[in-house]
Amino acid sequence: MIRLNGRIIENAVGLTLAQLIERERYTPSLVAVECNEEIVCRSAYPHRVLAEGDVVEVVHFVGGG
Amino acid sequence: MRIRMNGKPMQCDATSLWKLREERYQTSKHLVVIFNGFQTDQDLALSEGDEVVFIEKGRIPQRDEFEAMLSARHTPHVYERVRRARVAVAGLGGLGSTVAVALARTGIGFLHLVDFDIVEPSNLNRQQYGVRHLGQHKTEALATIIGEINPYVRVHFDTVRVCEQNIAPLFREDDIVCEAFDRADAKAMLVNGVLEHLPGKKIVAASGLAGYESSNTITTRKVMKYLYLCGDGDSDARPGRGLMAPRVSICAGHQANMILRLIQGSEDA
Repeated sequence: MIRLNGRIIENAVGLTLAQLIERERYTPSLVAVECNEEIVCRSAYPHRVLAEGDVVEVVHFVGGG
Repeated sequence: MRIRMNGKPMQCDATSLWKLREERYQTSKHLVVIFNGFQTDQDLALSEGDEVVFIEKGRIPQRDEFEAMLSARHTPHVYERVRRARVAVAGLGGLGSTVAVALARTGIGFLHLVDFDIVEPSNLNRQQYGVRHLGQHKTEALATIIGEINPYVRVHFDTVRVCEQNIAPLFREDDIVCEAFDRADAKAMLVNGVLEHLPGKKIVAASGLAGYESSNTITTRKVMKYLYLCGDGDSDARPGRGLMAPRVSICAGHQANMILRLIQGSEDA
């Protein structure tokens, strides 16, 4: 299992970050992603494979300012 | 003992505020008394290192007293750190113009204002500009407004559109970056860019502040190691849910206060 924004997510180990983002219905161009307290470059989403125990934070921005 | 009065160090023999006032002023009428950042109408004992400001209402202060009077309500020591801080505000709309004005009133030492746009009539529902600023670049208009509020803030502005390529050179020198853009993709671009290209730089961003849902849903959260997020996280601006001054100001207040906390060394939201 991994943790996504504090929630426990089963069946995510082995997925790439890009696949997780798609599965959770985030829009890739509107997010910032941290994995184990390190920011993940946007270009790395398709390559970064989730491992057991990863702690992932996804911030999904909405418009207005 | 040594104290500071009206910004100047002095030797003080008076043992209390009212004794000092009697020594210096003929009348206490129209005199505002500020003691260590706190306006008081009570006589208090003076001790070494105290900061006292007497402001005569209606009198234009001498130039050398003016900065002390402007900053009289700031808590000593807190103000010293604020004065040394350098903060960038990216996007000078409802959020950014309000954050910048709040920080200027707090006595921030250096503000770096970044926006490409000009002031137009539909901005006036929530942004800190007036009719006389219509057609001006937001950077220049806001620099003028800040100069009228607190002329001791050093303001540097860049009238450019922020893109992935210019994030590192633009914000390299700033201690903290305030993300105050309107569009969600621009917010994500700036946050990613700062966190990727300027390691260790703290960014205070906003998301979810449109409409007139409860004020109490707007919060400040530390969402990543160097990223703080203000807003309700959900209320986007869209047809039928516009941006309005009250909630935009609440969110901007959250951002400005988080920036102030970071300047003071408090890293918790």
